Amino acid sequence: MKKLLTAGIVGLSMSVSGLALADDIKVGMITTLSGGGAGLGIDARDGFLLALQMAGADNIEVVVEDDGQRPELAVQIADRMIQNDQVNILTGIIFSNLAMAVVPSAVQQDIIYLSNNAGPSALAGAQCHENYFNVAWQNDNLHEAAGSYANEAGYENVFIMAPNYPAGTDALTGFKRFFDGNVVNEIYTQVGQSDYANEISQIRDSGADAVFFFLPGGMGISFMRQYDQSEIDVPVIGPGFSFSQDILAAVGPGALGVINTSQWNKDLDNEANVAFVAAFQEEYGRLPSLYASQAFDTANLIISAAAKADIADLEAFRAALKEADFDSTRGDFRFGNNNHPIQTIYVREVVEEDGVLTNRIIGTALEDHQDAYAADCSME
Amino acid sequence: MSIALLLEQILNGLQLGVMLFLMAAGLTLIFGVMGLINLAHGSLYMVGAFACATVAAWTGSFWLGLVASLVAAAAAGAIVEMTVIRRLYDRDHLDQVLATFALILIFSEGTRWVFGSLPLYLNIPDLLRGTIPLPGGGRYQIYRIAIIAVGVAVAVGLWLLIARTRLGMRIRAGESDREMIAALGIDIRTLYTVVFAIGAALAGLAGAMVGALQSVQVGMGEPVLILAFVVIVIGGIGSIKGALVGAVLVGLIDTMGRFLLPRAFSVFMDPSEASLIGSAIASMLIYMFMALVLAFRPRGLFATAK
Repeated sequence: MKKLLTAGIVGLSMSVSGLALADDIKVGMITTLSGGGAGLGIDARDGFLLALQMAGADNIEVVVEDDGQRPELAVQIADRMIQNDQVNILTGIIFSNLAMAVVPSAVQQDIIYLSNNAGPSALAGAQCHENYFNVAWQNDNLHEAAGSYANEAGYENVFIMAPNYPAGTDALTGFKRFFDGNVVNEIYTQVGQSDYANEISQIRDSGADAVFFFLPGGMGISFMRQYDQSEIDVPVIGPGFSFSQDILAAVGPGALGVINTSQWNKDLDNEANVAFVAAFQEEYGRLPSLYASQAFDTANLIISAAAKADIADLEAFRAALKEADFDSTRGDFRFGNNNHPIQTIYVREVVEEDGVLTNRIIGTALEDHQDAYAADCSME
Repeated sequence: MSIALLLEQILNGLQLGVMLFLMAAGLTLIFGVMGLINLAHGSLYMVGAFACATVAAWTGSFWLGLVASLVAAAAAGAIVEMTVIRRLYDRDHLDQVLATFALILIFSEGTRWVFGSLPLYLNIPDLLRGTIPLPGGGRYQIYRIAIIAVGVAVAVGLWLLIARTRLGMRIRAGESDREMIAALGIDIRTLYTVVFAIGAALAGLAGAMVGALQSVQVGMGEPVLILAFVVIVIGGIGSIKGALVGAVLVGLIDTMGRFLLPRAFSVFMDPSEASLIGSAIASMLIYMFMALVLAFRPRGLFATAK
């Protein structure tokens, strides 16, 4: 599979370089294609390549490599891509700890980094950089929206839980920033934990009227399956990551009716999104997740900037990126002063459509939302 | 904190404990009889889980899957013993560690090659679905109670096997004097293969049962293997009784620590900080306990006389 893929990409880049123009752009995509987080990276890669294919973007060449969710490997790949492959743009990283290892040094070397997923708070505030653009969200955003939704839903006592690592603390901080009620218990689990009996017993006993949890990838699947088996009737809410298209099938019917928050969903009614969802299903035979939509937007952002400026003139290219003059699958999309999105975050519900579990938008959580760290960034 | 919660957490601790016992029993038996350190024991756990998931998916029956896990893990164990492990008995522990570490890599990549990197999911059988009420108002999952019951049954079964059967007598004899038992005309090679297969089958059983709660994926055995080593070091290497006591202690200490430490810290600090620090310390607790045991009883709680 990996070989086939590499062959495909080599083929793609060769056919692309055949038509090479003076201002070819070379994009290095470092993403997670193996291990527990593989589903996220596969969707991101597929979404990115689909956008280039749909736009017929012959002047953009892509190199894809698997980071295996290991920071040290991501750093090696980035160095190789910058020095040997001479890429202009890096993108693709899924996990915040990997982004923190790669991004600060890459942007110092005049490489543009476009984040299609991770949005650690450190890169949004004082450490913001003119070469770093986040096309997804700042890490806290979806959790803030969940906090806001919990208020609206009238929950007064909420049990909150996340893994004990930076994105986990960001998540609970974000939730608490917007939630006005009472947090009955706050639990940090181990990263990679697979048995949640301990936490589930505490939830049963807590008297909470809702549970908020952020457990990305396989951790969330394990938790939801066990939660369902334990027959507790306390409703759960979470960020879109805990109920994205790539994991819903594994979670199973226990996820039905669960409320989660996301900046994107497949039923958002705008032209770009309708075309994206149809093309993705046609090409890959499955429904896209938010990870695919974010990478699709990232590729379209590059295409839009390339139409306006030459990558050789970095300053003009950055200005073109910042205009964000592309049709986002999310509808309205613009960058704030810190090159992070200002966007609307929706409330979704897990439903079953034609025998497939998926999400449906049921409302808006935060309109035109900007992250809490923008003020600490000195850029304008 | 209610009585119901405490009761549930004790059951959670026991469930983790008996699951660790199934792993540790095989590990300690193999070390006790053959003097072999088997790092690949976690791979046999994985083999059991994959066999159960595959057969359950084919036939739709978890029970057939469970049988398949025992058979597949025992067969894998026997084959590995006859082809690789047999050559290692006379070597020192470093060679054994190297060779069995290589086996981990072979098993992991082989499984990835056959099944891919994405996890498989195994459903709990209908018979054991649901929960039962506990005194004090709590509820507990039937499946987890079943795991505890299986663990207790295996402990009793192993005790009967070792204390009351001819095979058990040979195992005990093999533990105390390897040369003598061979000199008495016992087929020591077959005995070793049988012991290795029994240990492997127990690991496979644990993998299959846990697979239905969590997920079945490459590398799932290694975190459990580390805990199983902690268990046998605490219990005394080579002692089945030690493995049982060690496993239950580790299960209870880990569960109670993760549950009680954050609460204890929140008495005198901000709840958010208490949770972060409490959970970090809780994850180290069993290793601290192991260090404490080793400080006072360097050969473990139930050291075998050698």
